[in-house]
Amino acid sequence: MNFQKMIFTLQQFWSEHHCIIVQPYDVEKGAGTLNPMTFLKSIGPEPWNVAYAEPSRRPADGRYGDNPNRLYQHHQFQVILKPSPDDIQEMYLDSLRALGIDPLKHDIRFVEDNWEHPALGAWGLGWEVWLDGMEITQFTYFQQVGGIDANPVSVEITYGLERLASYIQNKESVYDLEWSDGVRYGDIFHQAEFEHSKYTFEHSDTKMLFTLFNMFEEEAKNALEESLVLPAYDYVLKCSHTFNLLDARGAISVTERTGYITRVRKLARQCAKNYLEERERLDFPLLKKQGGNMND
Amino acid sequence: MTKHLLIEIGMEEIPARFVRGAINQFHEKLDAWLNESRIHFSSSKIYATPRRIAVMFHDVSDRQEDTSEEVKGPSRKIAEDENGSWTKAALGFAKSQGVNEEALFYKTIKDVEYVHAVKNTEGVDTFELLSKHLKDMILSLQFPKNMRWGNYNIKFIRPIRWMTAMYGEQVIPFEIAGTTTSNSSKGHRFLGHDIELRDVNEYAEKLEQQFVIADIEKRKHMIVEQIKQLEADNDWHIPIDESLLEEVLFLVEYPTALAGQFEEEFLTIPKEVLITSMREHQRYFPVLNKEGELLPFFVTVRNGNEDGIEQVAKGNAKVLRARLADARFFYEEDQKMSIDSAIARLEKIVFHDELGTIGDKVRRMKHIAESLSTHLQLDEPTTEQVKRATCICKFDLVSQMVGEFPELQGTMGKDYALKAGEDQVVADAIFEHYQPRFAGDATPKSIVGAVLSLADKVDTLVGCFSIGIIPTGSQDPYALRRQAAGIVQILKDAKLDLSISALLQIAVEAHNRANLLKKEANKLQSELTQFIALRVKNTLMDIARYDIVDAVMESGFDYIELTMSKTNTLKHFITEEVKPTVEAFNRVSNLAEKADSDQINVQLLEEGPEAQLHQMLMDVESKMEEALQQKQIEKALQYLTELEQPITTFFDHVMVMVDDEALRVNRLALLHRVGALIHSFADFKKIVW
Repeated sequence: MNFQKMIFTLQQFWSEHHCIIVQPYDVEKGAGTLNPMTFLKSIGPEPWNVAYAEPSRRPADGRYGDNPNRLYQHHQFQVILKPSPDDIQEMYLDSLRALGIDPLKHDIRFVEDNWEHPALGAWGLGWEVWLDGMEITQFTYFQQVGGIDANPVSVEITYGLERLASYIQNKESVYDLEWSDGVRYGDIFHQAEFEHSKYTFEHSDTKMLFTLFNMFEEEAKNALEESLVLPAYDYVLKCSHTFNLLDARGAISVTERTGYITRVRKLARQCAKNYLEERERLDFPLLKKQGGNMND
Repeated sequence: MTKHLLIEIGMEEIPARFVRGAINQFHEKLDAWLNESRIHFSSSKIYATPRRIAVMFHDVSDRQEDTSEEVKGPSRKIAEDENGSWTKAALGFAKSQGVNEEALFYKTIKDVEYVHAVKNTEGVDTFELLSKHLKDMILSLQFPKNMRWGNYNIKFIRPIRWMTAMYGEQVIPFEIAGTTTSNSSKGHRFLGHDIELRDVNEYAEKLEQQFVIADIEKRKHMIVEQIKQLEADNDWHIPIDESLLEEVLFLVEYPTALAGQFEEEFLTIPKEVLITSMREHQRYFPVLNKEGELLPFFVTVRNGNEDGIEQVAKGNAKVLRARLADARFFYEEDQKMSIDSAIARLEKIVFHDELGTIGDKVRRMKHIAESLSTHLQLDEPTTEQVKRATCICKFDLVSQMVGEFPELQGTMGKDYALKAGEDQVVADAIFEHYQPRFAGDATPKSIVGAVLSLADKVDTLVGCFSIGIIPTGSQDPYALRRQAAGIVQILKDAKLDLSISALLQIAVEAHNRANLLKKEANKLQSELTQFIALRVKNTLMDIARYDIVDAVMESGFDYIELTMSKTNTLKHFITEEVKPTVEAFNRVSNLAEKADSDQINVQLLEEGPEAQLHQMLMDVESKMEEALQQKQIEKALQYLTELEQPITTFFDHVMVMVDDEALRVNRLALLHRVGALIHSFADFKKIVW
């Protein structure tokens, strides 16, 4: 199964299992969790079921396109179900079957792995799912988001698409994966991997990035003062990505690091708090959609 | 009548490291409850897999035992009026105990008569009690990490997905988080189907038919046998690491061990790296040949049967290959880095905000290590080795390999140091200075490693205590308990002529020089002494019972080796036979407490037993001191026992608490001195007979 077919399959599968399908969010982010469709929507009492593919940037993981497994930008497929359904593990395993993975022919295990994102004030408990010893999915029950107790609890399922594909297609290098018939992953992304790595590690303008960080932070605060949560949150994402760029460049000392993370967390928490208040003011509109079947 | 009782809690995969604790706790709780509730049973058995914990109690009686108990009521004065009739108080008492007034009777307690009643309680139906209490019992289980899920307002280790609760053939009804109990359970996630139990007895067998080996020991035995089979088939040697086996045991419901292979070229990577990759990251068992050399194979235990096993082996090999390729890349990159440039980078790694960088820590360690070298009178070459080892002991922290495999700190340092041409002793010390890494681990073999390890650990302890990081309960983020226990182990094994107080003083001084003391030095040192005392005590408890340990600890524990020998000696000394000796010692100690002075006026000593005791005291004092100096602990105790006879004679013939104040004070002072001598060996009053 080629890469894009995997995405179609997962979209199809989850749309048949209560989820609305949305498109990737247009601000740089390190993980699908940071998409407001997860971060903000998992806050508060409203039911919410969504699935989407998410290109995720990890500047420090850039390897100039040389390493077969590490990427500046990889792809996640993200599913959020709130409240977490009782048969969620079975549902997830069915999605693997839809991808052509027969559990009887493999060794699939749920191995404890607890997730924490300090900059988002978020944590959860769950597992990494192993397929014949390879971690293919992060499976997490959110316990706190933006410093707010998750109630009801959302379950987050994050598939690592490149890893899954390298297994399904039996390829050693990510660049040899088939994206669509006849088109390789490398054909599409290799140049970007090289250039972004070179930019990140050698050419990014540290001074400008520091200035940007401060500006983005200010703007997030300004927007929050007007209770404009979603625009504010966009600037939090920009802060987070700018920080990642500076960090990858080695421009932030270990001591300063904590300080920057604290600044981002403060903003993320404020966004979470304001978002909950805004939804409450709106009387939690999605509560009226019974059962959370968003696409019914 | 009796029936078996079965309760199984089915969950989403419980973290492997918590399964055993969870099932033991569940079992203990139920066991205790049944006993308290006077519900008898013959025996019990536990079952646990990643997805379930279950207990079975055999031959559980169907009713609580009846009880009959005598209850005390008001006194006769209050219970009877002047006409001899029962008062309201007495009638109220009868009513409250559920008996008729005719059944009341008197009983005399300490010359007062009280009304009494015999209260009979009929046992309640077991099934009824279980239905009422099981839910609360399950919800009262405590786990190291709890979670919520869905819309439910409870916390548990992982989401509960089914519950099997049966007494004989009856289902015990209750509900938790939307899950109701039934007589059915689930088979293996992929290979099995649900089962339905007509009777509790069928449990283990029916599950096994559905590819779940619920019996922990049986499953463990299967894994071990399968690994042994692979060993025999291939002429391999596969060391079974107990903690890995335990983890694997709770990652599978139906184990099948299988072997996979990786490319021989990866064997150029240090074997510690290969083993860590396999064991820690992939939960594989590394494979050796009969000579103990690492082979390019691994063994993993699959949660399933033989079906598609080649595919599983291939998949696992692919994952391992990617990991090893990364490791080789790091290994090659790291060797391009010089030790000096690595050390320079330590200045940027924060050890703790208030305690500075790793670079700062190394400088303090250097002060400590140098002072220790002087204190221990190490020779010049050894001192130089200590200095060099201290300077470079942390350099591998900035290597890519340690970044990826933190547990290889020290191991990589040693490897890279040797490659860079460092002295073998220095390289070994880099590895050794993290020892002991866990309880029961080896301690440094070399004196250089021991000194370095002590310097590292005592620096962390003093630094953390100084800024108020002191472990409480389960909170010990800097593993200070382990550091302190490590210090005790090293002092014990290395047989250094170094006291705990001297070590602490040296470290406190190093922090003082670095302007890091946030507390008064004496206070800090006394807090740390108390903290270390608990670790010393733990060590001693391995060799003797608690009262002997307490007795020795009371006499001080500054020199570990001495403290250990005393404990051993005292352990063998204390028998029924020496009870009179110890009683004589204790008589002295009891009276000695009344003394205000230890100044003996020889002029005032009476001829006879008093003078003899004094003479003996002088004699034993000097002999004991000499014996202790020569570490002849048994001899020292032997001398001490020579005091028994003069003490007994003294007490038989001499009155201590006489009216003549001068005499009294002098006798008490004599006893004080004798008592102090006894106490310098142990506080014999702590001994329990």
